[in-house]
Amino acid sequence: MHAEAGFLTSRLEEAIGWARKYSIFQYPFVTACCGMEYMATACSHYDVDRFGAGLPRFSPRQADVLFVVGTISHKIAPVLKRIYDQMAEPKWVVSFGVCTCTGGFYDNYATVMGIDTIMPVDVYIPGCPPRPEYVLDGLLKLQAKIHAEHATGRRPGPEPRPELTP
Amino acid sequence: MNASALIQAVKDRFPAAVKAAHAYRGDATVVLAREFLLEAAGTLKEDPAFQMSYLMDLTAVDFSAFGKKPAHAFFASSGVQLQPSPDIPDPDPWPGPPGPERFAVVYHFFSHRLKHRLRLEVPVDEDDAEVDSLTSLWAGADWLEREVWDMFGIRFRGHPHLRRILMYQEFAGHPLRKDYPVNKRQPLIGPVN
Repeated sequence: MHAEAGFLTSRLEEAIGWARKYSIFQYPFVTACCGMEYMATACSHYDVDRFGAGLPRFSPRQADVLFVVGTISHKIAPVLKRIYDQMAEPKWVVSFGVCTCTGGFYDNYATVMGIDTIMPVDVYIPGCPPRPEYVLDGLLKLQAKIHAEHATGRRPGPEPRPELTP
Repeated sequence: MNASALIQAVKDRFPAAVKAAHAYRGDATVVLAREFLLEAAGTLKEDPAFQMSYLMDLTAVDFSAFGKKPAHAFFASSGVQLQPSPDIPDPDPWPGPPGPERFAVVYHFFSHRLKHRLRLEVPVDEDDAEVDSLTSLWAGADWLEREVWDMFGIRFRGHPHLRRILMYQEFAGHPLRKDYPVNKRQPLIGPVN
């Protein structure tokens, strides 16, 4: 009885994780030229609907994956943070393009040096812009992450940093 | 009118205002004294000889670091020469900055009817960085002048609402000035990075 209950709980979470990873409702926060590549990925040639991420929601209340696509300036950073805060848990963030990952080739007064300075990021997709295959690979990695989180029942912590030796 | 005829026409009309003029690479350029700007722009727009109905661009240049730093050798490793060979004569050398003043406000005008274009350069100094606003003549000057104020800190006398347009209101300083530190960051949220 005891073992069967444990078995049932685990399978339920597995099923929830499976369902969640194939029903990604994304919020595209598109600010720059990466948006073209995002659209190419989303449309029928590459077709993110094959992975269950075909319905973008333009309200953060209805979305569970925030796609940050394009350069984020210091002026728009509070807006992005607010969008993130408005999304309901569980939520994930994809950093699309090298500008959102690190600031890219911008190193100036206007640009945020990577959105991970203002919010947690789950998947980084570098590239200027990333090719659609690259984006789909990132999406699959995000799906694996979503699935893994619910199999264990909690979000896995960050990987331990390798010991720095002089 | 071609470039030299246009320059001559402007000189004839405003003999006291034109400080210098050249037609570098075929583009008519007139360096104008600041106090004549509004009058000259009005004439260029309305006068049948000019009919410059279109303000194409309005921007500024900070010459404070000009000639004081060596140019970055972008192409040095590629073997491309940084300076043109002295064996190749340059019949039309660049005439240099418009004056000893720190800034120059640059206006580009175009006439749709007569198909000629003119560049006005108005030198302004740092301690009195102010020129007349052209918003009374071209409504399109509004945002361009706000951008110049935002980036260079040059004020426009008579502008209806001169405030920042690109940077946020909390931003201190003017980032395209050459003395704005290239590493200075003023984030609204998050760490300084």
